[in-house]
Amino acid sequence: MAISLTVNGDPITLDVDPDMPLLWALRDELRLTGTKFGCGIAQCGACTVMLDGQTRRACVTPVGTLEGADIRTIEALESTEAKAVQAAWVDLNVPQCGYCQSGQVVTATALLEFNPKPTDEEIDDAMAGNICRCATYARIRQAIRQASDNLEA
Amino acid sequence: MHPIMKAALAPKPSRRAFLAGSAGLVLGVHLAGKARAQAAPTMVGGQFAPNAYLRISPDNTVTVLVKHIEIGQGANTGLPLLVAEELDADWSQMRAEQAPSDPVAYVNTAFGIQGTGGSTGLANSYMTMRQAGAAARAMLVSAASEEWGVPAGEITVAKGVVAHDGSGNSASFGELAEAAAARPVPVDVTLKTPDQFTMIGGDKVTRLDAVEKSNGSAIFTIDVFRDGMQTVAVVHPPKFGATVASYDDSAALEVPGVIAVRQVPSGIAVYAENTYAAFRGRDAVTVEWDESEAETRSTDEIAEEFLAAARAPARVAEEHGEIDAALENADRVMEADYIFPYLAHASLEPLDGVIEHGPDGVEVWSGMQIPTTSEMTMAGVLERETSDFTIHTMYTGGSFGRRATPDNQFAAELAHVAKAAGPGAYKVVWTREDDMTGGYYRPLTVHHLKASLDASGNITGWLNTVANQSIVAGSAFEGLMQDGLDPTSYEGSNEMPYNWPANRLSWARMESPVPVLWWRAVGHTHTAYATETFLDEVLEAGGKDPLQGRLDMMRDDRPRDRAVMERVAEMANWSGPGTGDRRLGIGLQRSFGSYCANIAEVEERNGEPFVTKVWCAIDCGVAVTPDVIRAQMEGGIGFGLGSTLYDEITLDPGGRVRQTNYDSYRILRLPEMPEVEVSILDSSVDPTGVGEPGTTPIMPAVGNAWRSLTGELPRRLPMVRAAS
Repeated sequence: MAISLTVNGDPITLDVDPDMPLLWALRDELRLTGTKFGCGIAQCGACTVMLDGQTRRACVTPVGTLEGADIRTIEALESTEAKAVQAAWVDLNVPQCGYCQSGQVVTATALLEFNPKPTDEEIDDAMAGNICRCATYARIRQAIRQASDNLEA
Repeated sequence: MHPIMKAALAPKPSRRAFLAGSAGLVLGVHLAGKARAQAAPTMVGGQFAPNAYLRISPDNTVTVLVKHIEIGQGANTGLPLLVAEELDADWSQMRAEQAPSDPVAYVNTAFGIQGTGGSTGLANSYMTMRQAGAAARAMLVSAASEEWGVPAGEITVAKGVVAHDGSGNSASFGELAEAAAARPVPVDVTLKTPDQFTMIGGDKVTRLDAVEKSNGSAIFTIDVFRDGMQTVAVVHPPKFGATVASYDDSAALEVPGVIAVRQVPSGIAVYAENTYAAFRGRDAVTVEWDESEAETRSTDEIAEEFLAAARAPARVAEEHGEIDAALENADRVMEADYIFPYLAHASLEPLDGVIEHGPDGVEVWSGMQIPTTSEMTMAGVLERETSDFTIHTMYTGGSFGRRATPDNQFAAELAHVAKAAGPGAYKVVWTREDDMTGGYYRPLTVHHLKASLDASGNITGWLNTVANQSIVAGSAFEGLMQDGLDPTSYEGSNEMPYNWPANRLSWARMESPVPVLWWRAVGHTHTAYATETFLDEVLEAGGKDPLQGRLDMMRDDRPRDRAVMERVAEMANWSGPGTGDRRLGIGLQRSFGSYCANIAEVEERNGEPFVTKVWCAIDCGVAVTPDVIRAQMEGGIGFGLGSTLYDEITLDPGGRVRQTNYDSYRILRLPEMPEVEVSILDSSVDPTGVGEPGTTPIMPAVGNAWRSLTGELPRRLPMVRAAS
């Protein structure tokens, strides 16, 4: 069964098992490797993508449910918020091993798109689903605050 | 891995010279052929092509070949910075590239082979990388001197520009690269003195990998694809020590996309067209396991056995004074037992690798901390020469020790998967469940402690017996054993900084089929908590303040321990643990050559300890990249705090691992991360470790604060234990 959807602005037809999680379709079929595999059960957030403007765990999202969907991955984050987040990530040297950071950046971007001035508590809540085993959490918090401040300025 | 891994024992370079190449300026340390042969007699042929630490290209980029794997600790920033300092380069022109596998050219002198671990990366490269940079600088100056007809002594180099004020000449490195390559290689170079540093110690250095790790373009092992590549998942035994008795692959072979199912020594390998099919196929294989040699005890049973051993006499590792007399004549004797669980590394990128082999050779893409021995293992399996191999060391989604197995476990599996299927390209990807239940854990450990006090509350004797499995005994690193002792089992509870009249440290070596491994900070991950929380209780029993009590008995030859304690106390305005809803606790640990002290501020939230703030003082010698050091302290504190509060691997009765994924193995998450303030002590001593030393002082600091708050010290970690 072929599924038609939009990925990073491009119309795509995926002719795969409809039960295949979006994560593996993105990685193995489309070679969009920025979205990472960490757990397979929506516990770590490494596979976070934007689905119709909201964050979604690609590892538990079957391709068959995505007819007509609009997917955006780390490779094509283009909003002002995304640019501000990525600039802060680099400025504060957030990444260590870097493996989780695609998911962190997508989640942080979505947070600022919906809520440009999050409180510390709102940052904590929004980022609680994204594991960083290197524990770069202190800098993730700082970077989101910095991005928020820069968006306001 | 561990700093004392010198046991791998390769000869020291017998002679050094610098090689100049043709395409731009290529510099490296060339080693005598004899030394190479001794280092790795099986490694001959093309693998030993002239090696290099840096390349300067006509496009004006300076590429440093980094011999240590970048696993987050900042190797790909720190080593290029050392080169850039002596080269007087501009940071924007620096690039990092992982060096190929070459046990001589890219030797870690702490190990004798190429390898990353024991927090040795920067310390091990401090002089070598600077010398490489200084030599390149001298050659650039020499080339400019000849080209401009001016004395070399009048030429300056700054921020990547070579200039002569008198004549008004100036040139970039790129412009001079070709001419510099033809200049004689300097025999001796003069390195800068620390007061001349312009980059080392600089506060704002952007990691060279920061951009690509923030936009998804960094390529990790799992992101490697080869033409015709099959993806492979392996069914592993459900219990440690179990082996395949028989298997049925009929259902797996019906999964669309599954190509083949083959038995390999580590289990049943499912070859497929993509990852999804491989994982589905893996789940569809039915295996009968032979459990006759398997660990079938629960972790509660294992802990009971270890505890009995810790309470009995064991092999003495360190002793001075008359400890038996001290205990007998004491005014008061205190006693405590501690139990520490098995811990999984749980790196976010599961173990993975890509191997492509055929008549022309073998190419491997993976994150291997010890490429030298991994390559030898794979060569053995595939019955080829190591010279047939090309290893691409990839960005790696965390390791924390997991990718440095003495038995080269994953490399062996990768090679067996390739061998069983014949020539072609294969990507082996573990599931999270493979990783979590697969062993190679921080050893389950028991400490039994006793302290004697005199009538004034002074400590007169200290006895500690540690019981756990050995990481190195029986492994390829057996050579690390000293008189039947494995120092990684109790490091940190020996050579303590306190001036006690008598002490005895003993170790009971325990056995289990559960494989154990170094886990960020290794033995310190349990010794720090056991010794520093027990010490707090003993000091309190003697009527002493946790900080002043420690300082009062600090040995004269441990001024750096004292200095980090005094610094952290100043940072936190220490005046005791406090009396309110938030309490302070202190912890000190010397590890991997560095000295680290933490004070944690802890409150109770929903019945659990919650850490609001941590102050951290670190003395790691010369601070080459302070921001990376701060990041390692922050990350180490988060990693160590998670294990203090939440992480635990348990085996149920029968021997199955209960924790299979991040839903049952609780990792520290962002809301649980405290605010961290780091202070780096000024030092002119050569750099020491930072990747691991930040991990452990937080453990006792939290324990001590929690005891102050609740009156109870958890003696079995983690503090927040899941109902079993």
